[in-house]
Amino acid sequence: MRAPLSWIKEFVDIPTSITAEQISDGLIRVGFEVEEIIKQGADLTGPLVFAKVLSIEEITEFKKPIRYVGIDCGEKTTRYVICGATNFAVGDLVVAALPGAVLPGDFAIGARETYGKTSNGMICSARELGLGEDHSGIMTFTEGTVKIGDDAIAGLMINDVIFDVAVNPDRGYALSIRGIAREVAGSLGLKFSDPVDALRELTFAETGKGVTAKIADKSTASVFYLRTLSKFDPSATTPLWMRRRIEKMGMRSISLVVDVTNYVMLELGQPLHAFDKSKIKGGLTIKRAGKAQPFTTLDGQVRQLDPDDLMVCDDEQPLALAGTMGGATSEISATTTEIALEAVRFDPICVAKNSRRHKLSSEASRRLERSVDPSLAQYASARFVQLLTENSSAVHVATVVDGEPRFSPVVKLDPAYITRTLGVEVAPATIAEVLRTIGCDVNEKSFEVDPPAWRSDLLTPADFTEEVARMIGYDKIPSILPPRPLHASLTPTQKRRRAIAQMLASRGLAEVQTFPFTNQETIDSMGFVGERAATYRIANPMSEEFPLMRVHLVPGLIEVAQRNISRGAKDFAIFEMGSIFRSSQKLVPFISPNISKRPDQKIIDQIFASVPPQAYHVAGLLVGKVENEDWQGKARAYTWQDAIAYAQDILQLCNLQWTVKRSDFAPWHPGRCAELIVDGKAVAHAGELHPRIVAKYGLPERSVAFAVGLSTLPDSGLVRPTTVGTMPAALQDVALIVDAEVTAAQVETALRSGAGELLESITLFDRYDKLGDGKISLAFSLVFRAPDRTLTGAEVTAMRESAVAAAVKATGAILRTA
Amino acid sequence: MNPADIASWISDAQKAFSAASDLDQLKVARLAHTGDKAPISLASRSLGTLSPEEKASAGKLIGDAKAAIAEALASATDKLEASRDAKVLLEEVVDITLPVQRTHRGGLHPISIIKNEISDFFIEQGYAVEEGPELESGWLNFDALNIPADHPARTMQDTFFIEPVESGVVLRTHTSPVQIRTMLTQEPPIYVICPGRTFRADELDATHSPVFHQVEGLVVDKGITMAHLKGTLDNFARHMFGPDVTTRLRPSFFPFTEPSAEVDIFFNNRWIEWGGCGMVNPKVLATCGIDTDVYSGFAFGMGLERTLMVRHGITDMHDIVEGDLRFTRQFGVGL
Repeated sequence: MRAPLSWIKEFVDIPTSITAEQISDGLIRVGFEVEEIIKQGADLTGPLVFAKVLSIEEITEFKKPIRYVGIDCGEKTTRYVICGATNFAVGDLVVAALPGAVLPGDFAIGARETYGKTSNGMICSARELGLGEDHSGIMTFTEGTVKIGDDAIAGLMINDVIFDVAVNPDRGYALSIRGIAREVAGSLGLKFSDPVDALRELTFAETGKGVTAKIADKSTASVFYLRTLSKFDPSATTPLWMRRRIEKMGMRSISLVVDVTNYVMLELGQPLHAFDKSKIKGGLTIKRAGKAQPFTTLDGQVRQLDPDDLMVCDDEQPLALAGTMGGATSEISATTTEIALEAVRFDPICVAKNSRRHKLSSEASRRLERSVDPSLAQYASARFVQLLTENSSAVHVATVVDGEPRFSPVVKLDPAYITRTLGVEVAPATIAEVLRTIGCDVNEKSFEVDPPAWRSDLLTPADFTEEVARMIGYDKIPSILPPRPLHASLTPTQKRRRAIAQMLASRGLAEVQTFPFTNQETIDSMGFVGERAATYRIANPMSEEFPLMRVHLVPGLIEVAQRNISRGAKDFAIFEMGSIFRSSQKLVPFISPNISKRPDQKIIDQIFASVPPQAYHVAGLLVGKVENEDWQGKARAYTWQDAIAYAQDILQLCNLQWTVKRSDFAPWHPGRCAELIVDGKAVAHAGELHPRIVAKYGLPERSVAFAVGLSTLPDSGLVRPTTVGTMPAALQDVALIVDAEVTAAQVETALRSGAGELLESITLFDRYDKLGDGKISLAFSLVFRAPDRTLTGAEVTAMRESAVAAAVKATGAILRTA
Repeated sequence: MNPADIASWISDAQKAFSAASDLDQLKVARLAHTGDKAPISLASRSLGTLSPEEKASAGKLIGDAKAAIAEALASATDKLEASRDAKVLLEEVVDITLPVQRTHRGGLHPISIIKNEISDFFIEQGYAVEEGPELESGWLNFDALNIPADHPARTMQDTFFIEPVESGVVLRTHTSPVQIRTMLTQEPPIYVICPGRTFRADELDATHSPVFHQVEGLVVDKGITMAHLKGTLDNFARHMFGPDVTTRLRPSFFPFTEPSAEVDIFFNNRWIEWGGCGMVNPKVLATCGIDTDVYSGFAFGMGLERTLMVRHGITDMHDIVEGDLRFTRQFGVGL
């Protein structure tokens, strides 16, 4: 919302000693962020005069059209200038910058030779003068609005300060100069004159029969003012002062009738709509569209109406999308002489829905959906009649009203609540004074507070507390620490996640965070199928390229790896922790209980259950060499073992026991993927990535990855340690020949089961696969120890033989001798 | 056993030992003066031929001589070993400035680091860390926070909706639904922070990302005032930005707080918008079944990316989201 200082000053006595910056600070203090202070005209010096176009010579030998224009600047002789714009004709009034003038951007105007002519100045567009972004052509004015030769800097009221103010959605009233001016006055302690005061008693003589006005359903609109005017001469023009104010607000001047509706909206905050009365069949009614039908809005777009759209209709058809945009058929035109002016306090939600359904946010809808002062339908429409009749031949015919304004209820306040909430003592008298400043009626005895008509947001004691706080100043609130609990800690899950990240990071993996979006092509090329491929779709994704929620962390890691490789990295390891979103659960229709009190526990449980579970994973991708190669020599490449080791280290860090088996599992190499199982559940996969994926994404050959489902890991129980034995240990080595298909884990498990309870540890110290005949040799080192005695040679031999026997039985192993 | 002879054996040995210029020469001298054929050894062996009286006095003389010779040998050995070490170890010198670190440098993502740091700060003050799902119920993300459908506040946040849209499931637009979950499942006093990932349909540019992180704080207890909010924010700001930082509250609007404020910090000589805050709207407390006659609360929230960018002088959001290792590694593990 823009607000020119010259306009604010009409309603607030601002001493000249107060600077623009002080006004801006004042607005910020009471909750209006000033995004920009535009000092219009600060970088513009004259001479700048109004001139009349006397002649136009079209110069055609250049790539673009050029005009050599003769202008009357009120001087003795005609002045000639070169101009690239073509939006004007002989007889038009324009603004000319004469030699010596400096335009914004330090653009000095002088007489110069160009396009083979002498240009003695420049005729200007709004943008060239720093008045706006419009550079579609030069500024033109209609006869009678400006005087040839007059100073245009004064004439166009260029020297002004314009505040660009951000208005929060609860403060619709401030989308008007009236509202902003009130805040400036309140913040700086200055006197405010309400422009509405002059309109309260304004009435107009009835000279005929007006168009009828009706609200079909009073829940959609509370009050409808319809003022009929006639005898309007459509050649009437907008006075320059009004046009300039509209332009300073960032809007364009269109025609007198439309300009007056916009001017009143900007001044007071009430959107108005003017119909060409001759196009209205019968009377006007506010009602729902009722059925789907095409409707052309005055921006020329044909829109398909929803039966629920709120419309302003005549006896035959909808004429306007209520509070949002008028229709083309009843638009004010160059031949309009009779006008029906609509001012309605629409229900904010109806307008919001109209606007949302048609993706049409207008100056009117922006205000109405934020709630407009219900008394303004009367005053703003009166202001329209006043301004139009003053500036044209129009006369008031009749005013028809349906409904009446509904105001917010009186609220009984407890002054102690305000002190209790703010943590600073505020005297009841101060509270009353502050609330009066913002327009409330306050009964200081009962503390019954009647909020002003424009403040539909003041409904609860908390709402009034904020008003008191912002007017006394948030800086008056002291800074005190609250009482706090004595103790808190991370949960075991949070500790675990943090420890895993720290471990991976300190072992050379860099953490990345990727967007959790993916697409079907990625899911397919990873080889995910069934439950692992099913996910949720975003209805309105950032880009159609990534419309799905991710089902795995590895694809994101691959994308980051590709990016790093493309930027020159070769050997590195990365990891990510985060949620994945497999659609294990069908979404149910929105459960939306009333919020006025706590919903039943059953409903709350249903809401919690309606949110699908989102598994939390950690995954890593290791590419290239394990170490950086340097003067110390070559480094080995990452292998499947490294990936599996990381996955196992994570389980070990969580103090869990696991078993390993080979798994054919996407996106891994079907022969080189380990599945880690805890409590019978597969919790992690690791190994070499599928060569097809490695090739498709251009990763170094044999890149490896791991993924651990952290949310599926059980809690680690309390540790119950066994006493450490101090008796000597006995070492025994066994080498076994088995079929190559037999896994090391199978042999180890068998040896463990046969070795008995005194086996302390078992280590595979050699694996030899060059035996031929599909046989391999596995050599284990077994350590035995008894808690209470030194083991005898015979005992150790017996345990070793028992272990070997178990392995022979379970795996068909043959003991290798010598 | 002439004492003068014995004295000359000692001085001969001492001379020979000190004349040795390396350990090999010392070995020759040692054999000559302490070996089987050395005069002292021969004399020692001949003691048995003497009478008991002579044996006693000669034995003492020879014993003392042997000790003197051994001492001279030890001293010469020490000296020669030291000089040998000095020479040999000097030859083994290496260039210890050679680069030796070959392992990849890992690190935590800076967002994790700042999240950990903030969590630790609040845990020390007795706050628990609560988390919630990223796909979230629209009722928890909006309605329960007093953001009704078709209210303009709902359009303040460009929401990603999940299909079917009738489910109301969204990618959470803020971590505030975690506050609602907490209040629906716990009794006051509540002191929590809620860090996490959030989503809004903003194009990725130098200062925005459609995927970003927030940390929110929520306190619900007896007698909580806006002064407590201010104190907590001041404390938090000093922890994040140093002891000299000052804060400012500006009136603002959030449907879930009333009064509401923006919190600005004065950092590097300018005011910077840091986050939003306010007293929990009694309507929200009531929705969660908390007795507003007994309890009041405050809440605040800030963007982690923004906090990180302001504090570390990061100017481009792309560095934070792209995962370039050259960027992440600079942060180490946050120590």
